[in-house]
Amino acid sequence: MVRYDKKSVITLSVNGALQDVVVRPSDLLLDVLREQLALTGAKPGCKNGDCGACTVMVDGWPIKACLMLAVEAEGHEILTVEGLGGATAVQTAFVVANAFQCGYCTSGFLMVCQALLTQHPQMPEEHVVEEWLQANLCRCTSYQEIRNAVMLMYEAQS
Amino acid sequence: MNTSIGKSIHRKEAWDKVCGRAQYVDDIPLAGALSARLLTSSCAHARIKGIVLTKALSIPGVQAIVTGADCPEHFGPLLQDRPALAREVVRYAGEPVAMVVALDEATAEQAVRLIQVQYEPLPVLLTPSQALAPDAPLIHKQSNGYKKVMEDIYPEVGSNVASRYQIRKGKGQKALEACKTVVEKRFYLPPSDHVAMEVRSARCEIATNGDVMITTTSQAPFSVQTQIASAFLIPSGKVQVKVPFVGGGFGGKAAVSLETLAYLASQRVGGKAVRLTIPREQDMASTPSRLGLEAMIKLGADKEGRLQAAEFTYYLDCGAYSDSAPYMTKAIAVDCTGPYRVEHLSCDAVCVYTNRTYATSFRGFAHESYTFCVERTMDILAKACGKDPLEFRLLNAIRPGDLTPTQVCCTNSLMGDLPGCLTHLKSLGEWEGAKPVQIKADTVRAQGVSCFWKTENPPTDAVSGALITCNEDGSLNLHTGVVEMGSGGQTHLAQILAEKFKIDAQQIHVVMEVDTRVSPEHWKTVASLTEYMAGNAVLQAADDLLGQFRRNGALALDCPEEEIAVSHGRVYSIKNPELFIAWKDIVKGYKTPSGTSLGEPILGRGGFMLKGLCLLDPVTGRGRTGPDWTVGAQIVEIEADLRRYTYRILRATTVMDVGKVINPESMRSMVAGGMAMGISLASREYCSYDAKGIPQAPNLRTYKLMHIGQEPDYRVGFLETPKEDSPYGVRSYAEHGILGIPAALGNALSSAFQQEFCSLPITPEMIWTMAKEREQ
Repeated sequence: MVRYDKKSVITLSVNGALQDVVVRPSDLLLDVLREQLALTGAKPGCKNGDCGACTVMVDGWPIKACLMLAVEAEGHEILTVEGLGGATAVQTAFVVANAFQCGYCTSGFLMVCQALLTQHPQMPEEHVVEEWLQANLCRCTSYQEIRNAVMLMYEAQS
Repeated sequence: MNTSIGKSIHRKEAWDKVCGRAQYVDDIPLAGALSARLLTSSCAHARIKGIVLTKALSIPGVQAIVTGADCPEHFGPLLQDRPALAREVVRYAGEPVAMVVALDEATAEQAVRLIQVQYEPLPVLLTPSQALAPDAPLIHKQSNGYKKVMEDIYPEVGSNVASRYQIRKGKGQKALEACKTVVEKRFYLPPSDHVAMEVRSARCEIATNGDVMITTTSQAPFSVQTQIASAFLIPSGKVQVKVPFVGGGFGGKAAVSLETLAYLASQRVGGKAVRLTIPREQDMASTPSRLGLEAMIKLGADKEGRLQAAEFTYYLDCGAYSDSAPYMTKAIAVDCTGPYRVEHLSCDAVCVYTNRTYATSFRGFAHESYTFCVERTMDILAKACGKDPLEFRLLNAIRPGDLTPTQVCCTNSLMGDLPGCLTHLKSLGEWEGAKPVQIKADTVRAQGVSCFWKTENPPTDAVSGALITCNEDGSLNLHTGVVEMGSGGQTHLAQILAEKFKIDAQQIHVVMEVDTRVSPEHWKTVASLTEYMAGNAVLQAADDLLGQFRRNGALALDCPEEEIAVSHGRVYSIKNPELFIAWKDIVKGYKTPSGTSLGEPILGRGGFMLKGLCLLDPVTGRGRTGPDWTVGAQIVEIEADLRRYTYRILRATTVMDVGKVINPESMRSMVAGGMAMGISLASREYCSYDAKGIPQAPNLRTYKLMHIGQEPDYRVGFLETPKEDSPYGVRSYAEHGILGIPAALGNALSSAFQQEFCSLPITPEMIWTMAKEREQ
């Protein structure tokens, strides 16, 4: 086990690049991504694990960046919305399906959907999709649009 | 042929939002800024006996601590009754009491915990009824001593009434006595919260020359400018307010709250940049939320089932401070009947102080609340008259020639077509009548219907503006003061402009950030008035641009200006269309082949001010507060388990008269989003307080919102009865999806469980409790 006492330099693998950051043991991955690496796509909607707006992918799985310490992320592959690539299936699907309004929860939903696609390359049953997406909150849309985006994302894959 | 109006183009900022590039206030880097955190009250009503700062000040890194003693100014958009930080008394749990400014957030937070405040508890009032009781203690000792910002605010001496509005039309009481059928019902709706996904945040920096720079999550940057300038006696031009993307507002970010605190913080540390962030818990308990409402409604109909007379009493729970609640109270009075013809009526709408988090505008501006009460009573009356609830509404729907409660005469342009909405709704929503259908043992399916209407209550002189600049490729840049918080107004404005010139909306670049030094003033991005107010300003600016294109074109083509037309990106001679020049070649004026310069650079400007509105007559309420009405009708269908007292929402349908469909998909989704909020509000959301007035669920774990998988099927239909003086005839529509949904759900559940639900949210626990009470 590594012991971190005070501010330490750690190396995070973010969006395919290794980055040195200076962290206190209690610093959240979310704050370090936003404040030190200027990756502000992940949003601090509640900092309590309830809203999912800060979701990023860690080793291919969705993780709420407010529930992970930066030091815990060392040695893992972190992917944020900025690293998705642009016109990927999931991003295009969200634009085409009009799956957001204010856009604040969007990065989180995109990362959950990308992780879903990673773990389930074929579209799973509806209840599985729901289980995955229930980790996140959207206050603007009716959710129907986000459901449609998931379908479009899978259609674009096939 | 339309190039843009009626097309489902994507949001202008869509790709920024899916790439994480869209910047919200807290995303903007701010190196070297100090951090501020708030200490909030742990009591709902108490005298502050003392505040001890010694320990907190001793923490290394703490730069300053501000308390109410440092700030004698009071704030409020209508009545200045609220201190920035509590002074002597706290009036709700969560009220800011002190603010720490430190080198970083962790230090500020640590110091906040070391501030000691001694409170002497005072009696707590949690409902309007309690606050209106004859011997109730006063929450504001001298509410009539506060400065009125607007003239029609009427705080009452020696009571907890912040303002009062009344409507008197026709014969009143006597007419009600003459009715064949009269029903009466009381309602209570608790407050709830906006819960925009982005928590409020504000930053401030004061330059050596006194220039104040504020960046904030506001729907009302120009109000921030005005209120800060007038409170701190700064010339308003020296206050610059910037608003980038806003992560949802729903009315909650129209109130000026954190900006004042950020200013005070920066002022205390010599003008250094300070960022004030609050956690979700404070966003819910400390900054304003949605109102609560008590209502008594009496409706009377003749033997044919025609509404004849009505009596309304509304007590609006505005919490500890009035903010925009007096105008929400007025808004209820103005539309008190719902969209029906009622000749004789009286309405008393009272705005009452209590010891809850103060309320500000919320999607619907109080219409989402009172509509529940009216539409539930309408169902009870329909039943008493032996009528189908949808047919009953059709029979009583307001039509051209009828008078509204404030005696405005309806026209198609002003009101739209409610009977048309109901007729279309009947098929789109597959109306099967009020009777529940048995599906299996203990399970029934039931439908509920409701109507809504809404006019706006802006200041009578609210303004909007637009600027258009040109690029050399012929594309246009559109600047307005409209905040982009999700409602898609900016995209619609681009469509309105593109259509005017018959060009592709891709050719319009929209400047999303609002900066009060750059953007023309738009009153506030509220009341769904973007398309009407800013849209008219955009069309004016387009006309201005057109004139300039003509002038430059006439010089370039060497023909009289009257013969010049502009369309599809070209400036040409009407007499000889072969003679043309691309407008991109004359945006800076024109240079002839020989080098002579002609004309001027092109820059379009447009402004718009509301006209024809007035204050209400204090006795009868006669007058007009808003530019138009939007009407609609909704159905909610549910499946109820009568044994478990649970239910599932199957389908929600809305038909709304929007005047003109500017963008079918964005307008559909905006309405569906409103319906989702209505379902959430009616089925699970409320701010719960304990007996001492302490909020019990100010976080997203215990305050329940809908998740994916809990939503019904949504259907949206539009009617297009144009509003004459609006761009392409469009009406306000963006917030309206919520309005009748709580009522339609309440009506469906009342029919399924054979109970008259008169409160929200309707939870299985409430259904069970009512059933048990009935059994006993």
